[in-house]
Parts: sequence; structure tokens; C-alpha cells
Amino acid sequence: MNELIRAVTEADSPDRMLAAVQNLALAKDVAAIPTLIAVFGYNNPAAAVVAVSGLIELGESSVPQLLLQIDDYNYGARAYSIRTLAAIADPRALQLLLSAAATDFAPSVRRAAAKGLGKLHWDKLDGEESSKAQKQALATLLSISHDSDWSIRYAAIVGLQALTKIPDLQQSIQTRLEEMFATDKEKAVRARVQMAQM
Amino acid sequence: MIEPSAEEYSAENAPPLTVEQAIANLRSEDLSLRYYAAWWLGKFRVNQPLVVESLIAALEDEADRTELGGYPLRRNAARALGKLGDKRAVPGLIKCLECSDFYVRESAAQSLEMLQDKSATDSLMQLLSGGVAAAVEVPGRPHLIQPYEAVLEALGAIGATEALHLVQPFLEHPVLRVQCAANRAMYQLTGDTRYGDRLVKMLDINDLKLRRVILSDLGAIGYVAAADAIANSRVENSFKLIALKGLLEHQFDFELNKPGLSDNAIKVMNLMDLLL
Repeated sequence: MNELIRAVTEADSPDRMLAAVQNLALAKDVAAIPTLIAVFGYNNPAAAVVAVSGLIELGESSVPQLLLQIDDYNYGARAYSIRTLAAIADPRALQLLLSAAATDFAPSVRRAAAKGLGKLHWDKLDGEESSKAQKQALATLLSISHDSDWSIRYAAIVGLQALTKIPDLQQSIQTRLEEMFATDKEKAVRARVQMAQM
Repeated sequence: MIEPSAEEYSAENAPPLTVEQAIANLRSEDLSLRYYAAWWLGKFRVNQPLVVESLIAALEDEADRTELGGYPLRRNAARALGKLGDKRAVPGLIKCLECSDFYVRESAAQSLEMLQDKSATDSLMQLLSGGVAAAVEVPGRPHLIQPYEAVLEALGAIGATEALHLVQPFLEHPVLRVQCAANRAMYQLTGDTRYGDRLVKMLDINDLKLRRVILSDLGAIGYVAAADAIANSRVENSFKLIALKGLLEHQFDFELNKPGLSDNAIKVMNLMDLLL
């Protein structure tokens, strides 16, 4: 493992970096987690995508470090972290996803968080906690569905659509979707509402 | 060339200015305030009669000049008028196509593309005279003698089929961005998929900026056969989303009155969801 990790830190070209990250991800070893997360900050999109899938495969065990190692100064890196957390869907990411969706300045981060908020594994929380978490996710998605950036509204719809699986939330989601279909000025957003309603 | 506007920073980052202030600033003694106001009013799409009239007047500004003889205020006024969508600006913009400042001609052509008014066709075609042979760089300047990309795109957007014979030779122009614009226009004017496919093929090129331009071209022409190629291209997700949005809206145009969504629209949205 140390050697695989060293190959990543010492890679001196984008291609070598990609190959080293591929090898490290293939090892499927929890010891690789910090290095895979660090790859998000290397400005090498191909390697970052491989790191994302490696971390998703490691699943819940990478969640604590993803939460801890979030890069507050690099929105590109942060978007990869949020995408990974959204895909693993561990509800321990809830607070981070809520604040990223609502307050991050980077649209790429907010979109990834909005999508993730819809499909966390709620069953990992006990009943009362779970319903409180779902309501928080709903409130944030409803709020950002009014954003001025069409892509944020689009992502909010994707999140809301996933939340319609929860019976208690269905009514308020349907109401908001109907309102968006009637009033949103972007055809693409209205089309996505239509798909959510199918 | 209009850069795709996938700004990672949200748009609300302009210094605070009210509509009243911006309109007043358009007539300010301070030229830099006028210049900024013209940009601001376009950016925030302040579509009021007085704004449009003031911007049209600014197309003939003589006060604001650069060392090289350029007209900064005219450039910003021309750009803003495209965004405001008021066709009263068309005659003034057409006149700007003859301005001595390249960037005024370019901004005017871009705005005429947005306003899509047929009456600009002849003047735009004029700028292609001399064909590819004349379409060379201006020595010492970072541009060709005419804003060919903007002119070709405008002719395509306007649907100027009478310009086909002038547009076609530009498919072979040595500058790749001009080739892209020619393919884009040819697709719009003929509907022939060969031109769309050529743009898709050009996405393999090892130049990130050009790949972004091609994505915006494919989005602008709504070339739905390019959906997968766009989703898989080596470009930031923000640019892919904007291009796919173009494809999606184009689907919608044809189906506005039909209930439900076409398979193509659903396919495009599924790709967009994956890019969030």
C-alpha cells in the first residue's frame, strides 16, 4: 500500500497520476482513503473521477474522512467530495449537504449537494431522527428551488423527485412542482418538472 | 465568438448599482461610469424604453476612445442591446457592422445574432466578401480582419439561406473556431447532419477552450444526436449542462403544445442528472 500511495504523491505527469490513482483505487484498501481524497485537489479531472469511484466503492468507511477533509478553499475539490458523499448516501453527511446546498458560492458544489439531499439512506437513522432529517432536506430543497440560477433549480427538482418516495413529504413537493411548472421561465426547468411528475 | 457563460461564481457579484443610478450614469460626464453602466444594464437585462434609447444613442459615441482608436462605450452598448431583445436596436447595430473598430463590429454581429432580424442579412453578408482568401489576420492584432465567427453564427441564427454559398467555403478556413462557426451555421441553414457530426468529431481535439466552444455550438443548434458525446467530453460539467440544456430546449420547441416528453428529451435529462 505504501508504494501505491507513494506512486500517487510522486507522479510527475497527468498520465502517470491517472495510472497511479487507478492502481490505488483498485487496491480497495481503507488506507488509500486520505490519498484518494487529496487527488480531488490536484486539478486532474480524469484522476479525480477515478478517485471518486474508488471512494464510492469503499463506501461508508470513507465517510468520516470525506467529512473531515473537505477542502474549504478549492471549490473544484469540494464538488468531488460532495458528489462522492451524495453517491455513498450515508446520512452522516446530512449537515454538510444542507449547508453546501444552501450556502456554498460554487454552483457545482450546490448542485451535487441538492441531488444528494434527495436520496440519503434514511433507514440508517432511527424513526424520529429520520423524519426530522427528511424535513430538513425538504426545507432546504424547497428553499433553493427559488434560486436565480436555473441549474440550481434543476438540481433541486432532482432532489425533490427522490424525496417523493417519502409519503409524508409528497404533498408539499407536488405543490411546489406544480407551481414551478406554471411559473418557471426556463423551459429546461419546466421539462425536468414534467419528468419528475411522470 | 461568444464565450459560453459557465461562470463558477454566481452572477450576483457586480458592485451595487440601482437601475436609476445606472440609467443616470449612461449620461455621466465620467466616461468610465458610462462604460460600466452600459455593461450593467445589459447584464441585468434592464429592458426599459429609456435604457434602449440611451444605448442606441451610445452606439454613435465619439467621446470614449482607446489609444488604438477603438470605441469602448460603443462595444458595451452594442453587447447590451443584444441582451435586451428590443428590435429597435437593429438599424443602429447594422450601422456598427461598418465601424472601424473590430470589437464594435464583433459585438454588433453577436447582438444581431441574438435579435435574429432578417434585415441584417445583407450587411452581414458584406463582411464575408472576399471569401476565405481575404479572411486573414490583421498583422500585430489578435484577430482576423472581420469577426467571422460572429458573422457566420448570426447568418445561421437568422436563417439566411441566401448566404449559403458564402458560408460554405468557411468550412475550410484555417482557424478552427471559424470552421466550427461555419459548421454550426451550415447545420442551421440546411439541417444536414453532416455538419453536426463534424462538430461532434471536433470534440476530440486536444484544446480545452475549443472543446468548450464546440459544446456551446452544439447547444446553440440543439443537435440532439450529440447528447452522449457532450456528456462524455473532457470539459467541466457546468459547460456540459449548458450544452445539454440547449439540446433539451430545442426538443421542447418542437413539442411545446404536445403533452408529455419525447424519448429524446428524457434521454437528455437523464444525462443532465448524472452531471449534477
